Amino acid sequence: MNVLDVAQNSVAAGATLIRITLEADEEQGLLTLTIADNGKGMTPETLAHVTDPFYTTRKTRKVGLGLPFLKMSAEMTGGTLAIESEVGKGTVVTASFGLHHIDRAPLGDVASTVAGLIQCSPDIDFVFTVRAGGEEFCADTREMREVLDGVSFAEPAVAQWLREFIGENTQPILQRSNII
Amino acid sequence: MKSLQELAAIRDRMKQTVNTREAAHDTTRIVVGMATCGIAAGARPVLNAFTEEIARRELSGVLVTQTGCIGLCQYEPIVEVTMPGQDKVTYVKMTPDKVARVVSEHIIGGKPVAEYTIGAR
Repeated sequence: MNVLDVAQNSVAAGATLIRITLEADEEQGLLTLTIADNGKGMTPETLAHVTDPFYTTRKTRKVGLGLPFLKMSAEMTGGTLAIESEVGKGTVVTASFGLHHIDRAPLGDVASTVAGLIQCSPDIDFVFTVRAGGEEFCADTREMREVLDGVSFAEPAVAQWLREFIGENTQPILQRSNII
Repeated sequence: MKSLQELAAIRDRMKQTVNTREAAHDTTRIVVGMATCGIAAGARPVLNAFTEEIARRELSGVLVTQTGCIGLCQYEPIVEVTMPGQDKVTYVKMTPDKVARVVSEHIIGGKPVAEYTIGAR
């Protein structure tokens, strides 16, 4: 899924902390992805346009497909996309998917996605949480940053560790809940 | 299972190598195009392969990072390599199995792999 694409918006919004949460709710049959940042936020006017593929804030070309794609992939599984935003406070994007819907795109390699995001924005803090079947795993770069003591997340050896760390911890949870 | 203790060990190893080199100007940068076009073309496995190869060979002073759309979507995945004192080299249509050669011949050997570059197209 296009977590990478959408989280990049948070990076561009000057966020210093981005929370990415993936939660499976068997009872309601929903898989919910939340990307919450403390970036510059959007005005109600901008917010009204963000899911329009022909709206983008960048100047290089006239299409912006990140959020429209996410909306489409959520809605075709009977889910929804909700965006809350306030100027100066940040933005919360919530996409819910039909957990067992035939059209739900596979999760893909979430560990690589999140680790790649952190590696490429080494100065931003991320909190990545996976919650499913009563289990929870949380990776918080603020904790890791303390351990790293100045060594960057962009260092390949660190990035490699991060990918394995997230993968080994999330894989079993997702597997036990039959999400991947 | 990977743990934070392991991370501390990586930190200590990194600190030793970081001290022996100077900052920014002698860093090699491997920049992978990761906009919608790049991701769709398979940029993420390429980024992972570079990260893995650099970590495996324990190279220091090499950063793997990303950029947005470079504007040549038909050539994605695109990777730009900037080495100190050399012109930028642009690799196109990259795949994970081309990575090892780029690392050994270009990043380590200093000689770009001409057949993978945009000039060869």
